[in-house]
Amino acid sequence: MATTLKPVDAVLVGFGWTGAIMGEELCEAGLNVLALERGPWRDTSTDFATGFAQDELRYMWRHHLFQNVADDTLTIRNNVNQEALPMRHLGAFLLGTGVGSGGVHWNGQIWRFLPSDFLTKSHNQQRYGKKAVTDYDLTVQDWGITYEELEPFYDQFDKLCGTSGKAGNLKGVIQPGGNPFEGPRSNEYPTPPMIQTYAPTLFGKAAAELGRHPFPHPTGNLSEPYTNPLGAQLGACTYCGFCEKFGCGNYSKASPQTTILPSLMAKGNFTLKTECEVLRVELSPDRKRATGVTYVNSAGEEFFQPADMVILSAYVLQNVRLLLLSGIGKPYDPKTGEGVVGKNYAYQTMSSVNVFFEDKILNPFIGAGALATVIDDFNGDNFDHAGLGFIGGAYIAGMVTGGRPIEMIYTPTGTPNWGLEWKHAAAKNYLRSFSLSVHGSCMSHRGNYLDLDPTYRDIHGRPMLRMTFDFTDNEHKMSDYLTDRAAEVARAMNPREIKLNRRTGSFSVVPYQTTHNTGGAIMGDNPKNSVVNKYLQSWDVPNVFSMGAGAFPQNAGYNPTGTVAALAYQAAHEIRARYLKSPGPLVQA
Amino acid sequence: MSSQDKGEAPTVEVNLVRRRLLLGGAVAGIGGVAAAAIHDGELGGPSQTSRGAVPWQEGTADAPPGASGSGYVFFTVEEAAFIEAAVGRLIPNDPVGPGAVEANVPFFLDRQLAGKFGRGDHYYLGGPWPKGTPEQGYQTRFSPAQLYRAAIAAIDKYVGANFNGVSFSKLNAADQDKVLKGLESGEIKLDDGVDSKTFFTMLLQNTKEGYFSDPIYGGNKDMAAWKMIGFPGAHYDYKEWVSRHGERVPYPTVGFKGRPGWTET
Repeated sequence: MATTLKPVDAVLVGFGWTGAIMGEELCEAGLNVLALERGPWRDTSTDFATGFAQDELRYMWRHHLFQNVADDTLTIRNNVNQEALPMRHLGAFLLGTGVGSGGVHWNGQIWRFLPSDFLTKSHNQQRYGKKAVTDYDLTVQDWGITYEELEPFYDQFDKLCGTSGKAGNLKGVIQPGGNPFEGPRSNEYPTPPMIQTYAPTLFGKAAAELGRHPFPHPTGNLSEPYTNPLGAQLGACTYCGFCEKFGCGNYSKASPQTTILPSLMAKGNFTLKTECEVLRVELSPDRKRATGVTYVNSAGEEFFQPADMVILSAYVLQNVRLLLLSGIGKPYDPKTGEGVVGKNYAYQTMSSVNVFFEDKILNPFIGAGALATVIDDFNGDNFDHAGLGFIGGAYIAGMVTGGRPIEMIYTPTGTPNWGLEWKHAAAKNYLRSFSLSVHGSCMSHRGNYLDLDPTYRDIHGRPMLRMTFDFTDNEHKMSDYLTDRAAEVARAMNPREIKLNRRTGSFSVVPYQTTHNTGGAIMGDNPKNSVVNKYLQSWDVPNVFSMGAGAFPQNAGYNPTGTVAALAYQAAHEIRARYLKSPGPLVQA
Repeated sequence: MSSQDKGEAPTVEVNLVRRRLLLGGAVAGIGGVAAAAIHDGELGGPSQTSRGAVPWQEGTADAPPGASGSGYVFFTVEEAAFIEAAVGRLIPNDPVGPGAVEANVPFFLDRQLAGKFGRGDHYYLGGPWPKGTPEQGYQTRFSPAQLYRAAIAAIDKYVGANFNGVSFSKLNAADQDKVLKGLESGEIKLDDGVDSKTFFTMLLQNTKEGYFSDPIYGGNKDMAAWKMIGFPGAHYDYKEWVSRHGERVPYPTVGFKGRPGWTET
């Protein structure tokens, strides 16, 4: 029997980026806020200090900061005709846990989606015809929001992080050195771009020679010291090359710990409980109102935490699962196309091109999570898709996140994976090679969705989430076209040789691709096509808000965090401006 | 909205001893293997409530669980013979750089398999256990330690039946390579529920881990594998070298415990 606790104004389920943002905003509004995090407390000086942060084995390969699948995982299959089986070991994506969660071990790649990305259906339909968005059983739709509406909140996140970069479009005026394809920014980046190392510099030169428009990747790895509006101080990045999969020991990567927690944790109206996992959202008898959440602590004791508002601020996959377990919204049925919860699960379509020089010393270990020169000429609808047979695109980045030797030794085509020949290739190429990353969009598809598994259960006895996903013909065509564009730049760098790593075949859970899972709790302009409105508020239970990339109706060719944060800030703004005065639906259905 | 209760004094309730236990375990070790921490920055520690302050505690760094002691604690004599022979073919020794045996990879593997990794930490091993598609990845009931144990026995059984009754370690190098290639491709089918490809993939991955990870874990002896490729190790600051394109960084190779000569003679 669960013990009933004293009510709070708002409970946050999960305490990563969106939990920290909502915590700060709602506490500033005077609410009494409780965050429940199923993982442990983590902080820079104790958990990833510079003395031991650069540990490839422990953090990357032993998953020290990641979700432990022994406690909780999901089942995966490529299509409805297969039996979904548990992901028994992390591979394709590296889920976070603990305070800060993925915000601790992300790369710090801070992007905004293109204005046309928010109008995936209407824009492409208008330009390429109806068929372009319905071919291959695509189920893309508009977001119910525009870039212009979201811009102030992108700007807010940039200021929080101190994002380092160069604007390409300031209030509609194209700026030299930035991304000319981006939507208009109201402000320049808070800090200048990072200094590019050799490989990204060579990439930028070659791309410019081909008539592309190279610019420095916007980074949450800071180029110089920065104090954000909450008074948190970040240091300048030292290019140690341990960002993705690692915590930053140097206070130079934007994370909840470095940007929000110093302010939020000091507030008297904020409480954090760690090692407390929410099992479900509890609803009133008419199922129109959440009464709170039930959680279990590490001693196995259950508690009912009453709350006026429930903010689902865990990762995409957990938020969707909690909606399904709690009976909030109608589950999606791929046979009929009806229902919305779990609908339009999407991912990211990644490929790469390795570049090998004979004589150029690239020093790949000098890196940072977002250290790259990028071209955006072939992303979204920045290029004419007529006759190409796909929609979407990718950015292509000459990127050096680091030179961690277990993961990042590139060997030429035909090299075996072991033996003397492999060792010699490793010794010869480590300092002289790097990888171009092709970071592709992923459109939603009728057969790609999330629901509850009928067989496998977690340690609490709850059904695991089941993921049914495969890349569609649209994604394969897009990725092939984009990988060829990357190869053009690679060849223009005049290397000894290149190697194309195309995205072929079905989605596999084994090789690491990226932790950019999206959809399943999508936003839209009406309850028939979406789980939440544009303020991330549940259509069915208006005092429940579902944060994160679950709201993306399909995924664009960019890293999601900037958009995830902007959507959270927008939701917080609307809650503070309107919802608290008059709790209820912020958009009339 | 319910009323707030701002007047309460800041409270930080944390367990003072949890990470001290870890540090003690990492330094002292038991039977040559670092004691498993009760809590090490992962799920499963005591629940905590923090209010009004960051729950920082002195002396609570989440130090890495390095290997200690000498000799094998996981591998039997027969298993050790297999491992030394196999990793010696996966990464052979020559003047270009150390082999896996010379880099102490078998010792690394032993400590990994005797510890949390071997027990299947960060693996979900619950049933049922259908074989699945290649895209569904690791699908076996075995923890890594169980897989090594079962696979080595199954491989020696296969080799015995196909190579005149000898074990893998007694084969010549060419035949050892032939067997390894058969495991890699899955062409060799093993008994006792062992999937040859699954085991080979894990063995190769773990071998490269031992070869290139920080020496505190027992492999990468003298950081020779890092020196071979030109990785200078766990340096913290490369700012001075960011714009010096094409130059070799002259920093000495360092690990978490510094470099030979700092603390050891």
